[in-house]
Amino acid sequence: MNTYEIIVVGGGPAGLAAAIEAHKSGARNILVLERDRELGGILMQCIHNGFGLHIFKEELTGPEYAERFIRELESLGIEYRLDTMVLEVRDDRTVDIISAKHGFETLQAKAVVLAMGCRERTRGAINIPGTRPAGVYSAGAAQRFVNMEGFMVGKRVVVLGSGDIGLIMARRMTLEGAKVLAVAEILPYSGGLTRNIVQCLDDYDIPLYLSHTVTNIEGRDRVEGVTIAKVDENRQPIPGTEIHYECDTLLLSVGLIPENELSKSAGIQLDRVTGGPIVNESMETSVPGIFACGNVVQVHDLVDWVTEESRKAGHNAARYALGKLSELAADLATKAGQGIRYVVPHTIRVANLEKEVDLMMRVTDPFKNKYLVVRHDGAIVKKAKKAHLTPGEMESIKIPVEKLKGLTGELTVCLEEVAHEA
Amino acid sequence: MFDITIIGGGVVGCLIGRELSRCQARVLLVEKDSEVANGTTKANSAIVHAGFDCKPGTLKGKFNVEGNAMFDRVCGELSVPFKRNGSLVVAFSEEELPELYNLEKKGKQNGVPGLELLSGDEVRKREPHLSKTIVEALYAPTGGIVAPWDLAIAAAENAMDNGMELRVDTEVIGIERIDGGYRLQTDTGEAIETRVVINCAGLYSDRIHNMVSEPCFKIIPRRGEYFVLDKSEGNHVSHTIFQCPTPNGKGVLISPSVHGNLIVGPNAEQVETVEHVETTAAGLKSVREAATKSSPDVAYAAVITSFAGLRSTPDTGDFIIGEAKDAPGFFDVAGIESPGLTSAPAIAVHVAGLVRAYLGNPASKADFNPVRRPVLHFSHLPNEAKAAWIQKDPRYGRIVCRCESITEGEIVDAIHRNAGATTVDGIKRRLRPGMGRCQGGFCGPRVVEILSRELNIPLTAVRKDRPASVLLTGPTKTVEGE
Repeated sequence: MNTYEIIVVGGGPAGLAAAIEAHKSGARNILVLERDRELGGILMQCIHNGFGLHIFKEELTGPEYAERFIRELESLGIEYRLDTMVLEVRDDRTVDIISAKHGFETLQAKAVVLAMGCRERTRGAINIPGTRPAGVYSAGAAQRFVNMEGFMVGKRVVVLGSGDIGLIMARRMTLEGAKVLAVAEILPYSGGLTRNIVQCLDDYDIPLYLSHTVTNIEGRDRVEGVTIAKVDENRQPIPGTEIHYECDTLLLSVGLIPENELSKSAGIQLDRVTGGPIVNESMETSVPGIFACGNVVQVHDLVDWVTEESRKAGHNAARYALGKLSELAADLATKAGQGIRYVVPHTIRVANLEKEVDLMMRVTDPFKNKYLVVRHDGAIVKKAKKAHLTPGEMESIKIPVEKLKGLTGELTVCLEEVAHEA
Repeated sequence: MFDITIIGGGVVGCLIGRELSRCQARVLLVEKDSEVANGTTKANSAIVHAGFDCKPGTLKGKFNVEGNAMFDRVCGELSVPFKRNGSLVVAFSEEELPELYNLEKKGKQNGVPGLELLSGDEVRKREPHLSKTIVEALYAPTGGIVAPWDLAIAAAENAMDNGMELRVDTEVIGIERIDGGYRLQTDTGEAIETRVVINCAGLYSDRIHNMVSEPCFKIIPRRGEYFVLDKSEGNHVSHTIFQCPTPNGKGVLISPSVHGNLIVGPNAEQVETVEHVETTAAGLKSVREAATKSSPDVAYAAVITSFAGLRSTPDTGDFIIGEAKDAPGFFDVAGIESPGLTSAPAIAVHVAGLVRAYLGNPASKADFNPVRRPVLHFSHLPNEAKAAWIQKDPRYGRIVCRCESITEGEIVDAIHRNAGATTVDGIKRRLRPGMGRCQGGFCGPRVVEILSRELNIPLTAVRKDRPASVLLTGPTKTVEGE
């Protein structure tokens, strides 16, 4: 059996950053496994710009952002395999893979990093009444056809869901000569980044209908029309509010789900809210030696944050493989309090922190002027004032290791009124 | 001139084609869509009924029980997954008991084996997710589940392996009598001459009949809507759970599917035209409400798709099978609504017998092979076998659909078999890529690419299912000179 110090599952932004950082942290004999024909993952079809503002302080396209990591990976001589599918990861860190080139193999690693990314949610589509014609696409599949294959998926388009890929595709289809008639979002606020609403919809006069959903799809062979309607507070369509569009395409951008079939097969515990593995401060899952990072853990808004999180996972996977990571029980568990949907990481072993812990979270609803507060036993550990908070934008708060030393039990993150402290 | 032309590639037409490919005759199947199994066959409950519902003495009653008994052999020969999971008809109150006992009585008259009445407690012991309000149930061990499109596709393939010809994308638009047979006008411009016509046109069978014969029946399309749930819910029940039938049909059922999903439906609603295959909010709601009576805790959050299908309900009340009175050599096999799928293998044998007799009993082929080359399910293979297959053909090492672990090798095989896939839905129906959790979001573009390459057609000519269901509308903008 071939053995590696570290096996990274997935060659997208998360896997690339993890592998590079593991190498920089002293690990050698690293293998990256990628099922696609090239490295870079979903970035390769994201030909718009806006990537890298935080990590590189410049605006790059998706392929440009990926290219920097791919070059670095190659210059470090890190081994990778393309067209290779991981069939199973086990808790003993053996990995079954297949490829056309090498056939079926089982590999052994000292540490595994899971970086499989996420997939598009289809749930928004399934309960739409109507026909099932050609012309209903997930935004990501449409993006692949348009940007990678060079083919248009339609000419008159309605978009359901205001996730970032849907917003980006509304602009992309417009630039390619299609007419985007409307974007309908069932929630009273958008799940996408504000900058995408402005740059992809407002700049092109594409109307965004909040609290609206698609109530009917028409067309036997190809989509011929779509009806949207306003929804009440229970998300039920309100009769009489219907707007009908003649169109040939419906794009769905109704959210992303971490892709965790392999994690489940390894017996890794998942968080029901994020859909990703439960991880500790080192991005290690409930199975010792198996780490996870990027969208497989939580769906990120910006690739920059994926890179940061994955560097942490790669660094700690190297520490684990080199026997430098403490496998003690966790000192602290994080908890999502008032106004917070989830917190990552889920547990903290203070002894493994080198400088600080970076807690990442999403809020439950849009808020204005709140304190983001971390409390331990009622006492404030850290607090930050936030003018705007929205579920579509991830929040983070860093806590220096000194503030955590000696603490055990729960760390609760919550939103609190500014007035309380004023 | 063909000896026999079958109009319609549903499960009935395909199985008849297979039966007739046993004899020395030139057999043609014409299908208006791009694939066989693209109408009612692809959108129904996928149940092999035991046969207790049908009125004794009817064609439905006769062929249901005969057909049911044939499934093990036919599915075995054709490598089609089939499971006798047994069925339960549940009664929710004392008032329903006479109907339940009546079913038992009819079942015995029809010759259904093994029927048994179970107490409410016994039912819940076998099916813990069923409602507390169930007082008694009728158990039929011979009830089963099958994927009807698998059966139709396999039958067409096996028939072609034995010499049958197939024309897809070919709609019959007119029929005229000629010396010694019929001439079929088609929308492709081709005229097909044939001694015998077998009308298996399903929802369109009254129109086909009326092209040559006095109108004597009408098909009334009745829509049924369904939910399909993720495999995580596939064990919610192990039997097919029926409610007591009403004049409108067998009612809403809950059943595992043979591929491991859970299926819930259908309602029954008469619709105006055969084009009304859309689901409706009201219809799906009524399905859910009715099913809740049988099992209150179905996890609808795990629904992966919903669909509607049309039943070919005849206005005569029974299957219409036989030679038209005023058109010698023109055979109707029409009005094949439930239990049509179950009856199909027996109907096929019966109709093949009528047609062979009409043609003067042509001899059987000595080399007829009833066995279809099994479809490889790569993901089910042991690891050593996987390695061996990839060595033989590297395309088995390339996984296209990650939800269902389907390889490029399997997709290419599905395209190049007889009666092979020509559309994205055709691939989906044969191998299930796109039927998993991502519903084709990831593998869809790859499947389109493979179809284009293997069929040697442009990407823009690849279709979802029907002839006009194009997926790509044209190239993106190009820069002049590039």
